[in-house]
This record gives sequence, structure tokens and C-alpha cells, in this order.
Amino acid sequence: MSLAIPKHLENAPILYLDGVSVSFDGFKALNNLSLCIEPGEMRAIIGPNGAGKTTMMDVITGKTRPDTGTVLFNHKELNELDLTQYDEAEVANLGVGRKFQKPSVIETLTVFENLELAQKGGRGVWQALMHTLTNEKKQKIQNTLELIALQDKAQDLAANLSHGQKQWLEIGMLISQEPELLLIDEPAAGMTDEETMKTAELFKTLAKNHSLVVVEHDMDFIAALDCKVTVLNEGSVLAEGSLASVQKNQQVIDVYLGR
Amino acid sequence: MSTLHNTSENPKALKLGPIGTLLMGDKGGQRLIMALIAVAIIFPFCNLVFSEGSFLHVSTYTLTLTGKYLCYALLALSVDLIWGYCGILSLGHGAFFALGGYAMGMYLMRQIGDRGVYGNAELPDFMVFLDWKELPWYWFGFDQFWFASIMVLVVPGILAFVFGWLAFRSRVTGVYLSIITQALTYALMLAFFRNDMGFGGNNGLTDFKDILGFDLQSNTTRCALFIASALAVILGYLISRFITTSKLGRVLVSIRDAEMRTRFLGYKVEYYKLFVFVVSAMMAGVAGALYVPQVGIINPGEFTPIYSIEIIIWVAIGGRGTLFGAVIGAIAVNYAKTYFTGAFAELWLFMLGGLFVMATLYLPKGIVGFIEDAKQGNGTSNRFYLLFKNTPFSKWFSKQSSKGSV
Repeated sequence: MSLAIPKHLENAPILYLDGVSVSFDGFKALNNLSLCIEPGEMRAIIGPNGAGKTTMMDVITGKTRPDTGTVLFNHKELNELDLTQYDEAEVANLGVGRKFQKPSVIETLTVFENLELAQKGGRGVWQALMHTLTNEKKQKIQNTLELIALQDKAQDLAANLSHGQKQWLEIGMLISQEPELLLIDEPAAGMTDEETMKTAELFKTLAKNHSLVVVEHDMDFIAALDCKVTVLNEGSVLAEGSLASVQKNQQVIDVYLGR
Repeated sequence: MSTLHNTSENPKALKLGPIGTLLMGDKGGQRLIMALIAVAIIFPFCNLVFSEGSFLHVSTYTLTLTGKYLCYALLALSVDLIWGYCGILSLGHGAFFALGGYAMGMYLMRQIGDRGVYGNAELPDFMVFLDWKELPWYWFGFDQFWFASIMVLVVPGILAFVFGWLAFRSRVTGVYLSIITQALTYALMLAFFRNDMGFGGNNGLTDFKDILGFDLQSNTTRCALFIASALAVILGYLISRFITTSKLGRVLVSIRDAEMRTRFLGYKVEYYKLFVFVVSAMMAGVAGALYVPQVGIINPGEFTPIYSIEIIIWVAIGGRGTLFGAVIGAIAVNYAKTYFTGAFAELWLFMLGGLFVMATLYLPKGIVGFIEDAKQGNGTSNRFYLLFKNTPFSKWFSKQSSKGSV
């Protein structure tokens, strides 16, 4: 298995998965999965439960080691990196941010403190101990708070936020990490229609200078994102293309959309 | 909760200096430190100035006993730092306390010199008794106070570092970690019981004469040790407070509540745990080092797992994750222990167990959490408070709060 991104790909992809397989106790969660995300691309991933969407994210972010296959990340400065060699924290610091399906903010800290923790830089123990909030950093947090419409809740404990607000806070935390690649698992779950559409708008803005991989079930949300769609099934790619073309694909209808 | 998460900067901070800034918004901590300073002045003063018979006299017995409790308070602080803030439930923290105690005990042994029973200037009595000819290499340097003082920090620190490195890197958490900390202290207990370990075996180290040339039996030395213990608790509190109010403290809380999430934010969880675990072990070591000259003995019994579990009970009863709650818990439970083991010796362990069950059921946030909830009239999460609802007790608490707000 070569560890290089093939030269024939014109635009060097930011994320390159090739032949990735993972099995748990004989169950093949990922089966020879290959995927290519270009820099600045937004990609939606859909697929039935158990298709391997979350496992794929686990593999990219260093939580799960693949049995076989290549996972490469094209870092701005360090170029091609084999992500399977890093743990979760290292992958995060390389510039891959992840948002979970279940909103996972730190409930016993305030909204402000959640964003402060997420803010890029200062991950070392000593740096954290001696950390002071400069005005610049404070201003950045303030900007993020405005972006996610939580400026009035800055000093509230994250536990006291509504479900939708927690989702937004987590998106805010993700942005604060200033990643190059964002992996986002079901961002619209539990949101009102209005919030969903606002989130789609936000992602489109983000896509201007980030690469995004969005896992979602909500077809209206995917339609609003207006991007290339990959359909996963039983651990590998079933179809890829525009939402319209995918929706016409008979196989996709059979395993996912038709039900 | 708000007192724990004071991040907003305040222009006043500049006037207050570093210590004032640390304690800003921490009423419990301010009161605790005031009380400790007061006790550190009044107890020795009343012991030395007023003569025995006088109403204001504090007996040397009470002074030493309280000094012992202050060492326990520092030990409880060290446990609260890792358990309350980082979720590391160490059931073997007594080991670090005992190691610090042994390091100090070794210095005190060497101080005895030729005044021992066998009159050997070089070897402690138990080595002469074992027919050893020369001092083992690991006893070298312990005739120097500065060396022993460094070892008080280094020995528990290194053990915590090695143990923590292995455990945290392998992601051993929760009850599994608790069990291996328990095994750690048990293994050390068995090792220290052996005569050929060279630490006095079963009898441990005792018969100390003096420290830095001052007679350990004299009242002034005891007062000095008492003051040193109170200062150590204050210093330990300030260090813990510095850690928990820094960004590192918030990383610890986030590890406690959502470890995986913290990793995905880019924090190397194992390094953070290791740091706080080592700091905590060193604090426990200092507590042990101050404890030994006051009680006059250190033996392998200090490694007994049940002592380590007792520390957890002090912290739980005082109020986990508040720092000053740990101090209150340690002192309150130990005063109770001294009283009840005197009055009904055979019942104490049942009472301690009962106390823990009661605290878990009715005081989940400990004494400190209970008082805070009661003051805010927020009894919904507190079944103990509900028991006293509509009784004079609840009125007393609500009066307190109205006074406070005026």
C-alpha cells in the first residue's frame, strides 16, 4: 500500500482515504472505503444507520486504527501526513476539527470558558497553567459568540443551554480551533427548521476558507448545502455525485432513500 | 459554582496582588485562610503564654492533635485536587503521605546519632539490631535536612510520575485506576513490613529526639511545627487554587466531565492528568513529612489501604471539588474520630461507614454544597435539605441568606 497521494489527481486532495477497512469482532464497519476531499470542498455524507459514517470519522481523527488502508491528510506546511500515526489530540492539533452527533460541550463550564478552551493554541500543560486572556483572544471569543448568537449567554453554564444552542456552541468551538478540515456529525439534529437553515448558511460561509465533511440525515439540510454527496452503505461508497443524481440512483433508493 | 469559575478580569486585581487575585470571589477560601492564620497565632500563643490551669491555656496535647489534623487537611486538599477537579479517584494516596513521612523519619533517625539504645553514631538502632555493618546507600544524605526536604517532594513525585505515566498513557480510568492505586499502596505496605527493606520493618521509624537541633518534646518546637503545618495548608490551598482557576484547571474539569471531548479539542489528556497527579502526590508527601515529627512515629501501617479510603470520605463529606470543603471535611471527621474512638472505640468504623452512606445519600455535595444550596434556598437537589424543610433549620438558613443580601 503506497503512502503517497497519486500524482494523477490534479488538485492535491486535503483528505485522502484509500482501501480503508475496519472490523469489530468480525463485523466490517468499513470495507475498502475510499474517499477524496479537495481543499475548500464541502462534502455531504449520507447513508443508513450502520453504514460506517461515524467509524469513518473515528478513523480520520485517530480514535480508531484501521486494519488496512491509507488515511492521508494534506497539511498546509507539513504536506502529506499519515493520520493513522497520530492520536486524537495530535490529529486535532494538525488541523482536523470534529463535531459529534450528540452535542458534547463541557456542561460544567460557561459558554465563554468552552470557547476559551477550544481556542487555537496553548495546548501544553505549562502554557495552560500560565495562560492569560489577551484582549485579542477575548475579542476573538466575542466574535465567535456573535457568530453563534450566544453573546447574551456567555457567562451561563453550558448545561443550561437548549439543545440547539449547544449544537451552535459546539460549532463555535470547532471554529475557534481554526481547523483546516472540519468533520461534522449530524449538526442539524434537534434543531428547528429555522435553525437548520441558519446552520446551512453558516457552513456555506465556512466552506469559503475551510474544507468540510458533513454527515447528515436531513435531506432538506443537504439540499440547502448544495454540494457533492457521497452515499455510504455497509462500509463502502455506494454512490457519489450531486444530490439530484444520487437521488435518482436506484441502489441508493433501495438501501436508503426508499425506506 | 460561580465561585469556581471566576475568569473575568477585574481592575481591582491589580491592587490586590497575586494572592488577593487568587482568592477573589472565593469567600470560602478567604474565610478558611483567615481561620488558619488565626489558629496559627492563637493556639501557639495560648500554649506558650498562659500557664496550665489557666482558662485560656491550650494544652500541648490539643496543639499537637490539631497539628495532626492540619496535616490531614493538606492530604485531603491533595486528594480533592485530583478527584474533585480531574475525576481521578485515587484510593492509594496514603502511600504518598507515608513516603513523605518516611523521608522525614529517616532524617529524624539520623538526628538521633549516638543517643540511641545501642549508641551507634552511624547506624539507627534497628540496623544495629539486624547486625548490619554499614548504612544502606539509600540512607545517604538523610543526615542533611535540606536533602530530606527535597526527598519529601521527589520520592512521592517520582512514584506518582512513573505510576501515572503507565496508567494514564494506557488510558486506565475510573474504577480500574482506583483499584490499581489501592494495589500500589498495599504492595508498598507489604514491602515496608519487611526488615530487609531497611526502613525499620514492622516497627517503622521512631524514638526521634530532635529536628534541626531543637528538642521535639519541647513546647516551642511543637508550636513551630504547628505553625509550619498551618502555613503548609495555606500554601497548599493557594497552589491548588492557582491551578484550578487557571486555564489548566478548566482543562482538568473538562477531562473530568468529558475526557474524549477534551482529546478531540487537542489536549493531551495523559499529560494533564500526570501533572496534577504529581503535584498532588508531592502535597501529600509534605503533609506526611509534617505529620511524622508531630506524632513521633512512622510505620508501614500508614500504607494500609483503609487509611487511603478514609481520605476519600473526608473529602466527600466536606464537599468534593471545592478545596476548602476538603479541609473542613478532614478536620471535622478527624475530630469526630478522636472523640468517638475514645468514647465508643468499637463503633467508630460503623459510624464512619454510616457517615459515608449518609453523605452519599443526603449530602451529595458534602457539607459545603449543602450550606450553599440551603443559602440559595435551592433544596431540590438536596434530600437532606428537604428533610429539614419547614423546620426551624430551614428558617435559619433563609435568614442567613436574607442577611447576606442586605
